[in-house]
Amino acid sequence: MRMPRPAAIRPSEITAERYFHMRRDLLAGALGLSASALLPARASANAPAAPLATLKYTRNARYSVTDKPNTFEDISGYNNFYEFGLDKSDPAANAGSLHTRPWSVTIAGEASVTGTFTIEDILKPHPLEERIYRHRCVEAWSMVIPWVGFPLADLLQRFKPTSRAKFVEFTTLLDPKQMPGQRRGVLDWPYVEALRIDEAMNPLALMVVGVYGRDLPNQNGAPLRLHLPWKYGFKSAKSIVKIRFSERQPANTWALSAPGEYGFYANVNPEVDHPRWSQASERHIGGGFFAARQPTLMFNGYAEQVAGLYKGMDLRRNF
Amino acid sequence: MSNASSRLPGSTERRYRFIYKPLLFIACLVPLAWCISGALGLPVPALGVDPPRKVLGILGHTALNLLLITLAVTPLRQLSGNAHLLRLRRMLGVFAFTYALLHFINYVGAIQGFSGSLILKDIYKRPYITIGFAALLLLLPLAITSTNGMMRRLKRRWQSLHRLIYPIAILGVWHYWWQVKKDIREPLIYAVLLAALLGWRLWRRQRATSRSASPTAPGTA
Repeated sequence: MRMPRPAAIRPSEITAERYFHMRRDLLAGALGLSASALLPARASANAPAAPLATLKYTRNARYSVTDKPNTFEDISGYNNFYEFGLDKSDPAANAGSLHTRPWSVTIAGEASVTGTFTIEDILKPHPLEERIYRHRCVEAWSMVIPWVGFPLADLLQRFKPTSRAKFVEFTTLLDPKQMPGQRRGVLDWPYVEALRIDEAMNPLALMVVGVYGRDLPNQNGAPLRLHLPWKYGFKSAKSIVKIRFSERQPANTWALSAPGEYGFYANVNPEVDHPRWSQASERHIGGGFFAARQPTLMFNGYAEQVAGLYKGMDLRRNF
Repeated sequence: MSNASSRLPGSTERRYRFIYKPLLFIACLVPLAWCISGALGLPVPALGVDPPRKVLGILGHTALNLLLITLAVTPLRQLSGNAHLLRLRRMLGVFAFTYALLHFINYVGAIQGFSGSLILKDIYKRPYITIGFAALLLLLPLAITSTNGMMRRLKRRWQSLHRLIYPIAILGVWHYWWQVKKDIREPLIYAVLLAALLGWRLWRRQRATSRSASPTAPGTA
């Protein structure tokens, strides 16, 4: 199906946003408080959100599925992002406390170029593209999401990983003030995910900065997140502050938390069930009460692009 | 129960029949009304982006809540000395069964899309679903024998049969505990409450036996 064209920037929107920031700065200045003090977690969720900035991007049809995308409300209102609470509606309610500017990303490990970079420096060289990707959660539900981003490989190449860089590890922000869910030890914070370097360099691996042509809402992992459409959702780290190249396979958070249930690879695979539920089919979110389940596809339908990465591997053992 | 009601003073009888029971009936229907009106798109507290899942949770929680409240009737009666409370127990129990059944129907239809093979495989292969299904099956004879006629016909066996409620409640809490992904706080609360309700009964029985075993020390407990 064809996506609706992204709305052109209306003058009214630009004005509104400028006033929004001006107003916030004025208030903060007048009260001698930092902006964060003005934004308690819950209240900010109810306040009219800053309009998400419109992005410039091109459409990448080659890497887009033709399925009908979920609504923005589905995508931004139904999230597993335990840093903001365990219920799927918690991130939308609580993520207002996250500040995505200023933001910096540390590059470390087996690479020639390492150090800490501002988000602006990280993003500057990369033209943005829209890709409509299938998203499959390990909990057996799925969505279709029009992401805006750029290939992860393009970003990683800039840091010239050395020959010892066999894996890449992504770390989510650790700050219980901004991420109230981290005040509880449900997972071992910060959230860490990792990929084999050849997985990370696969052209499907997308560094995401937006959805539906606009900046990412905080609850979707702003300002910088991964999306790996052939893997279960938990592999796609959100709100990334660190990228580390390593020689040894890093431990990833869910595999540490429940090694019998979540592995390192977490490739979507209808033949390998989760110990407690079947992965053979999925519920498509937005289908309502009487929608039939749909069959889950090998590598979530991306076998053509990624099956080669796992040739000869026992996917039942490397789940 | 029919014997007890004939001994009640008229005004209490009327209060239970015309006020307390109807109120309880309406209260028990609230979660169902929430689910139905949400599913119809009425402006009630929303069911969110994934209504089938939300409804599954509401129905399951309500079934568990009602099971525990049903089990709380006897301790409350013993503590308060108010025997009339027993008159509310049947409605609570039948509603617990109704919600467990609706929870299952929602699972069959809205979660599994009426796929018979998926459901059978789930019941067979997924321990937490096996347990939940077992609890529902065990509730069925209790619901069927909940009428006055059945109570009369089964006599003493009725009470033995209805002791099934203890294993059913254990299975219900276990079913909940086992399907939680990470956060066991809520199932833990249910488990603690259930342990208290069952523990109370054990303690009473222990006390009763030790009393009858030592007739030389009357009233020391």
